[in-house]
Amino acid sequence: MLKFITAVLTSLTTGSIYALMSTALVLVWRSTRVINFAQAGQAVLTTYIGYEVIVRSGSYWVGLIMAIVAGAVIGAAIDRFFMRPIFKRITTGPIVMIAPVVATLGLLGIVQAIIGFKWGLTYQTIAAPVSTDGYRIFGSVIAFSPFNLMVLVCVTITMLLLTLLFQKTNLGLALRASAHSPEIAKLSGIKVDGIRTLGWALAGAAGGLAGMLFVPSTYLYPNAMDVLLVFGFIAAVIGGLDSLFGAVAGAMVLGFAINFTTSYVSSRLVFPTAFIILILVLLIKPAGIFSNKKGRRD
Amino acid sequence: MSNSNLLSIKSLSVSFGGLKALSDVNLELDRNEVVGLIGPNGAGKTTLFNALSGLADVESGSLEINGKSHKWPKPHQLIDLGISRTLQGVGLFPELTVLENVMVGDYKRARSGLISSALGLSGKDEAKLKQRAMTALERVYASGIAGRRADSLPYPVTKRVAIARALVSEPKILLLDEPAGGLGAQDIEWMNSLIHNLAAQCSVILVEHHMDVVMNVCDRLYVLNFGQVIASGEVETVRRDPSVVAAYLGVNS
Repeated sequence: MLKFITAVLTSLTTGSIYALMSTALVLVWRSTRVINFAQAGQAVLTTYIGYEVIVRSGSYWVGLIMAIVAGAVIGAAIDRFFMRPIFKRITTGPIVMIAPVVATLGLLGIVQAIIGFKWGLTYQTIAAPVSTDGYRIFGSVIAFSPFNLMVLVCVTITMLLLTLLFQKTNLGLALRASAHSPEIAKLSGIKVDGIRTLGWALAGAAGGLAGMLFVPSTYLYPNAMDVLLVFGFIAAVIGGLDSLFGAVAGAMVLGFAINFTTSYVSSRLVFPTAFIILILVLLIKPAGIFSNKKGRRD
Repeated sequence: MSNSNLLSIKSLSVSFGGLKALSDVNLELDRNEVVGLIGPNGAGKTTLFNALSGLADVESGSLEINGKSHKWPKPHQLIDLGISRTLQGVGLFPELTVLENVMVGDYKRARSGLISSALGLSGKDEAKLKQRAMTALERVYASGIAGRRADSLPYPVTKRVAIARALVSEPKILLLDEPAGGLGAQDIEWMNSLIHNLAAQCSVILVEHHMDVVMNVCDRLYVLNFGQVIASGEVETVRRDPSVVAAYLGVNS
């Protein structure tokens, strides 16, 4: 029973961190129809920035806020000065779909190389702002700590804010409209380029938060977020790539599958489990199991 | 030029690669006038709409609205000029509701700053926005389906919603691109009377293949063929023009 409760709680925590990453990928996908593989690089770079701020200020919270802000700024800058010129130049031919994605892979390599150059390949740590000692239930310590609880609360608040932004504000309406029919959105008076950059900024901020919530449980090094990129990507695909709800739900499915495999079978099967789920979804319901896309009638 | 002149396009030329899509096109539109733009497929009708709405690059030509000369607008500036347009086909946002689809058309009038949006200060604006969207939907008799998702609607209804979205910004000039395309007889009749009524509030440029609609609602016609205006004037005059009969009407009707 205790094992089960622990597995559930751990699933929620890891699932919520995957959810931040899958949300970041979905935000970019919705705004520019690109899978942003550089997201792992952006997230780790902003986490290093958060780390530097913590070293100087002594406060995790100041570091957290700065990482989120830096994530947004870096995300917006990448779209404005790197992706947008690529979109403007490559408008026809078979390369249209693939070039921007390859560009993000190139960017990932560059960002990680720069991080390696600046901070070295050694492992750094970020201390959690609250205790990482597991809670006690029925006299035994479980693998769920106040820090894990904090992660859950932070992610829940973030998701609620994003949902409010998208569903309840005029800006959210513009974000949703631009995602599907940029041409009509433009004709309706929406500056679609700016809205796309905003999508990248929101994604960058979510990635920054993901890094700052993930690293205290592990280490900080140039490839620290690669595993989150893989799981975030799988979660986003499970969720249908297009919806924020799908991104969170997909991340939770993955979080539960991975943690229950670890608890009840073997931790060696984590990656095979994740990829089997990905392949099953692609074979059976390629639009994603939580996709809200309906069949077109026309 | 008469005092009631609202829109004046002079010597408009547009090329795609080496191909002249429009050459030296002149077009005038008066207040509360419905002007039809007809011609065979590929004659340049939609290209003219695209040039006017910033979706096609204008090679040369001038644009006057209300007697004031304007630069050719970028797409997002169209609404500022008091112009709104519908697209061929449907052109709704499939995953938004009908109401949201129409609200997008009014985006410019709502305060939409990031900060005020994030803080939820735009609540009052949003209420007004919703109200105007409902009014626009009432004008096309679609207010009863405001909460439905756009991709759940039958085709003729989506056409109405698209027009409501174009109307919500209260344009002076409405560009309708094949509003009757794909509609059955009953819906076409309905569209006829809607366009008639619209002319009381704004001017309309209509691109349409259904000749009965064109003949019914238009005050004047421009006939395009291979990117050039081959005839223009009162409906009856144009109808009898031999070059028009040869290029278009003779073939199609």
